[in-house]
Amino acid sequence: MEYKTVMMKPEDSVAVALTDIPAGTTVKVTCQDRTFVVQLRDTIEFGHKFAVVPIKRGQDVRKYGEVIGVASRDIEVGEHVHVHNVEGKRGRGDKVGRANPS
Amino acid sequence: MGAQTHPKFWGYRRPDGRVGVRNHVLILPTITCATQAAKQVTELVHGTVSFIHQHGCAQVGVDYEQTFRTYVGMGTNPNVYGVVVMGLGCETHQARSVAGEIAKSGKPVEVVSIQDHGGTLGAIARAARIAAQMVQDASALTREPFDFSELIVGTECGGSDACSGLSANPAVGVVSDMIVDLGGTAILAETTELIGAEHLLAERAVDDRVAKRVYEVIQAMESRATAMGVDIRTGNPSPGNIRGGLTTLEEKSLGAAAKAGTRPLQELVEYAQRPTKKGLVWMDTPGHDIEQLTGMVAGGAQVVLFTSGRGTPTGSPIAPVIKIATNTPMFERMRDNMDLNAGTIIDGTESIESVGQRILEEIARVCSGKLTKSEILKQHDFGIWRIGPTF
Repeated sequence: MEYKTVMMKPEDSVAVALTDIPAGTTVKVTCQDRTFVVQLRDTIEFGHKFAVVPIKRGQDVRKYGEVIGVASRDIEVGEHVHVHNVEGKRGRGDKVGRANPS
Repeated sequence: MGAQTHPKFWGYRRPDGRVGVRNHVLILPTITCATQAAKQVTELVHGTVSFIHQHGCAQVGVDYEQTFRTYVGMGTNPNVYGVVVMGLGCETHQARSVAGEIAKSGKPVEVVSIQDHGGTLGAIARAARIAAQMVQDASALTREPFDFSELIVGTECGGSDACSGLSANPAVGVVSDMIVDLGGTAILAETTELIGAEHLLAERAVDDRVAKRVYEVIQAMESRATAMGVDIRTGNPSPGNIRGGLTTLEEKSLGAAAKAGTRPLQELVEYAQRPTKKGLVWMDTPGHDIEQLTGMVAGGAQVVLFTSGRGTPTGSPIAPVIKIATNTPMFERMRDNMDLNAGTIIDGTESIESVGQRILEEIARVCSGKLTKSEILKQHDFGIWRIGPTF
């Protein structure tokens, strides 16, 4: 069975599932001149993201060709990419507080 | 093709020259104490609308001004034929001051005060009698054809999911460009949900001053979150956004920015301020759906395009809100609330441009009188972005 996915820009590190896709499925993701064959390590729900390249802890995560956050731990190809392994970089009052204890 | 290149709508010309797409009589309570009486008037008199809120007293400074501007903007919106301003009598936001500003637009305005006009029942009777005459006068008007250059179209996304940035928002972006090219105004808003995408919009600013304002409003919004010492993700993206696959505010913002199309950014206006330029305009509002909607309508938007992935009932008492689903399953589940489906883009059965064209045609129909789902369900949402404490 062919599962639909979308990857916005070739430089992105993630693609989006356009249907629920079970763990273990191998999907082919194409974006312009780049193609990735990815075996999913997790079940990916409709609208959720998975990694098409390995992302190291502390590395930026890209979608739409732009930075959507930073990996909070190492992420392997085919892993679900979401709040458990990505943090936002903006509006981080919690980080400001830690950086400037008063 | 004529209908596509020169679309028209049938509206009402107002004394100040602006054009309305609805013909409401607004019962406008300037203070929370008068909202229940105002609501009773709408029960009595056909053709009237009102809204419940908790504002209008013990407010000072810029917060006082923003609330005042919002009331005046609701009254002067060209979708409103005439206004009965209802006050209590002792509040900071005096009904008489608000009515005085609305009267400058040339439309019928009257003031009713609960303390001056015999308490709740006396005030309701007086307001209802005035409103009944206004409704009959309004009903004698007929619609005339107008160009889209007369329109201010608000754009908004609420209850976003990962499809928002792929389907409905880019389709609204296509419409935003069409409106601009037809000589009208498209409002981009929800500053919070542009955090992380500001560089893309600053690049499109018509001059350095507008580009500088983009960074200023973004920084001001972000610093409100950081000043609270919390991760903004505790409130935005919302739990529903996160269940829908949106991971960070930046990701949500990049999807939200797609609503802005590709045309130059002409100016940046304050919350509830009327744009002074045609074309694409950014209004500084929070991401909160109702506060944003209220700001755009008070700023003169006659119609609003609202995309949703999770589905929302949102509507305005005075402006039709065309709600556009980002995905087909939600559109099917929430047909009572959603007007159009852009999920066809995800399904692969329709192009972004084709959905944009469908939305443009729906704007013409709705602005000529077709009711939207939220109007039919009397979803009269109203909420002001408060920027100061209550005293």
